[in-house]
Parts: sequence; C-alpha cells; structure tokens
Amino acid sequence: MNPWQKLACAVLALVLAASLAANWLAPAGYAKQYREATDAPPSRAHWLGTDDVGRDRFARVLYGTRISLLLAPAAALLSTLMAALIGGLAGYLGGIWARIAMAVTDLFLSLPWLFLLITARALMPLNVSPLVSVLVTFMLLGLLGWTTAARVLCTTAGVLRSSDFVRQARAAGLPGQRLFWVHVMPNLRPVLYAQFWISIPVFILSEANLGILGLGVAEPMPSWGSLLKELEGLVSVGEEPWKFVPLILLVVVVTSFQLLLSRQEEVAA
Amino acid sequence: MVRLAPGFDADEQELDPHLNAASVNALHEARRQDHNIFRFYLSYMNRAAHGDLGTSLSLGQPVRTLLLDRAPLTLRLLTTGLALAWVLSLALALSAAWLRLSIFDTLTTVVSGTFLCIPAAVLALLSVLWNVPGSLAIALIVFPHTYRYARNLLVKAYSQPHVITARAKGLAEPRILFWHVVPVVAPQLLAVAGVSVSMAVGAAIPVEALCGLAGIGQLAWRAALARDLPLLVNITILVTLVTLLANSGADVIGHMVRGQES
Repeated sequence: MNPWQKLACAVLALVLAASLAANWLAPAGYAKQYREATDAPPSRAHWLGTDDVGRDRFARVLYGTRISLLLAPAAALLSTLMAALIGGLAGYLGGIWARIAMAVTDLFLSLPWLFLLITARALMPLNVSPLVSVLVTFMLLGLLGWTTAARVLCTTAGVLRSSDFVRQARAAGLPGQRLFWVHVMPNLRPVLYAQFWISIPVFILSEANLGILGLGVAEPMPSWGSLLKELEGLVSVGEEPWKFVPLILLVVVVTSFQLLLSRQEEVAA
Repeated sequence: MVRLAPGFDADEQELDPHLNAASVNALHEARRQDHNIFRFYLSYMNRAAHGDLGTSLSLGQPVRTLLLDRAPLTLRLLTTGLALAWVLSLALALSAAWLRLSIFDTLTTVVSGTFLCIPAAVLALLSVLWNVPGSLAIALIVFPHTYRYARNLLVKAYSQPHVITARAKGLAEPRILFWHVVPVVAPQLLAVAGVSVSMAVGAAIPVEALCGLAGIGQLAWRAALARDLPLLVNITILVTLVTLLANSGADVIGHMVRGQES
C-alpha cells in the first residue's frame, strides 16, 4: 500500500467514523427545523448553516454520509453476488448457458447506465416513505449494476473451466456442484473483490445523480444526492460557498475509493 | 418493467367527473390492446414499419414529431460535447506522452480524476450556474474516461522500442506520431470512441433535464417520470440503436485500420 492509499484509508475511516457518530455529533437530528433561522449562514450553533426550511446542514451532511457510505457498499455486495452467480455460473457451464447469460448482459449494457437507472427508478413508486425510498434506490442500484462484473466473471470462469486443475478434478470424478464451489469460486475471489470496490464509487455517484434529479432518497431523509440538490438554487459560487461542502466531501470520498481501487486491481492482477 | 410498475394501467382522465360510464369503458377499451405484451410489440413494429411511432400519452403528440423536433439539439449537443472531450483528452494525453514530466502527468491525472468523481448532474448544475453551454458539461463528463484510456495507450505506444529507435535516429515528432504511434493506438482509441458515444448519450439526460434544453435527453426524462410507454419504447430503441451503431462503426473502422496495417 503506497502513502496515498494509506491516506485514502485514513480519510474513509474518519468520514465513516464521523457519520456513525452522527447521533452524538448532531443530537438534534437531520429533520429538526430551526424556523427562526432558515437559510442561515454558518455560525457557532450551525457549523454549515441551515437549509431553506431551517434544518441544520452539518447534521444532514453527517446523516446523509452515513446513508450513502453504508448502503452503497451494501448495493455493491448485492450486485457482486448477482454477478458471481450469473456470470460465474454461466462461464463455468459454458455453451448455451454462457451465450444466454451474455445476451442478457449485452441487452443491459446496450443502454447507457444513467438512462437505464433513471428510467427504472422513475418507474418505481416515488411517493413512498423515506425509508422505503432509501431501500428502493439502493436495491435498484444493486439489481441493475451487476452486468459489467458478470461479463468479467463469465470470461474468467470460462478460462478456469478449461484450466488443467479443473479438468483433472473433473476427471477424478468430482461432482460439478462441488467443483464449482470448491475450485472455481475461490479462484474468482480476487476478481470479485475488485468488482465490489469498483461498484462502490459508481453507486455513490449514481445515487447522487438520482438525488439531484429528484429520484433518490425521499425527504426529509438526507443523502448526498438530496444534499447536492441544494446547488440548484445557487446564484453564484462565491455567495454561499458552504453549500459546496457535501460536493467536496463526495469528491474526497469517491477519490479515496478510486485510490483504494487501484490497490484492488493490483491484487486482482 | 413499465408494466410491472404500480399504477401502470391507471389513467388520469378516468377521474374526470364529466365522463360517464360509457366514456370510461371506451378509455379502458382503447388501452386493452396494450395489455398483451406480444400484441403490443407486434402492433408497434407493424406501425413503425409504416412510419407511425405512436402517440405520446403524456404530451398527446405523435412520437415521431417529438423525436424529429428534438433530435437536432441533442445531436448538436452530443457532437460538440464529444468533439470537445476528445480534443481535450488527446491534447493532454499527447502532451503527457511527449513531455514525460511527472508534474504534468500528476496534474492532468488529478484534474481528470476530480472530474471523474463529480456526478454528471452536478456538472450540469454548475454549467447553469456559470452560464456555460451544456455541451461543455457533456465534454467534462466524458473527458476523464477518454483521457485515461488515451493517456495510457499513448504513453505505452511511445515507450515501444520502434518509437524509441525512431526518436534516436532523429525523426521529426509529427512523423513519429503519424507513422509509428497512430497505427498502433488507433484501433483501441476507436473502440473507446464508440463507448464514449454511449457515455455522452447517458450524460445528455441530466444535462438537458437540468439545463432546460429541449432535446431527446429531456424527453426521455419526462417520459420516464410520466411512465409514457410509447415514448419510452421509442427512445429506448433509439438509444440502443445509437449505441449499437457507434460501437459497430468503431469496430468496423478499427478492423479496416488493422487490415491496412497488416
């Protein structure tokens, strides 16, 4: 691990710790309104000011970070598991199964990711409770984001299928199911780790895009997407620079993930 | 998916108190043929073959007219955005490969990495804030992806033994570039160019929706929100065709370049 990757780890740990400590750092919560101080600039009481309905922006950033940082990896885990099951199994079985799986994958990949995501999210119920909207948003990311990883895993599993050790195990009479779980899957692990890490920043950015377009997490629950929606009302950059804090935090976190990703790619290679 | 979404078969018009039972039944009847997915697509293909792409449920206009009206703006946005992205990517990647200065390389990597970490919708909002054209937002969304590939390919090509020998023999830089580097990297760059079209199409949705540009991206956004099935089907087919054409075109040109080489 190089010094930049160590720094990335430290930044992520710090941001995650701060977001997990949101209940202590901002005990009033993300939804409490200070109606006497709406759209207020930063002060001792409100470090990042308040939004247009008087909610403390610092508290919302902390709670929003918690949601994005916990659920993006959860969605990445779901998509990686789906990719492992669909791509790994199709590659291992080969023949018609691999062709069918890759045809479905190509169908998904022929549409731009953002177009597919926006269309699919808009078709889901929008007028739901905040908790349901969080689950729907991240579940959708997990359910739609497996295709690229499945393609990589299908190719890798195909190579493994025709490798000497798998042929030898098959010749020794090992049942197909055991061969898959004991010999193929463990060898796919480095690729799975890499795909998992690749998916996290992609899902964080996708949630942010959905949130800005009003298709993400429902109010009053914050997420990076809904926090960035505030930029829509800005007249100039210099006027209220504190509104850029969620964006800076997002860029720092995604950059940290990208730095760690290069480490995962080294391991996978 | 539209069919599975809650409220797919509901029609606002049915809530109109002025309509009697017969009119509501007529509305139901009009939608009945859409219930069977196979019949719907057969009928769609039959009409599409005759130039009729159906009527938008939310906008009440023929889909063909809507697409034709909005296509020029999106086309202009995409071509300008892609051209800007590629000019910027190639200029910076070539400079990185020529100069071989670690400070320049680090700087361009940091800049492209930063743009890679900014959501497309934020770049669209910033373009509105700074009053810059939407095509620049598309260029900045596509640029970090194309720059990374172009930089890696060019740096690798410039470190090939035949290029180092050509340099040692004193060949002029333009000759090295066009005779010894471009033929090596062209097929792969063309493949990336094909993929970049798909990225730009995806980026056009938030850019047009947030910048108030009446193009196909904005239409797709409105169609998705209104669950306008005829419009969504046509836009999805159009986007798929554009992606397919761009990738196939890039593949064909790439094969031609490789064929000329061999």
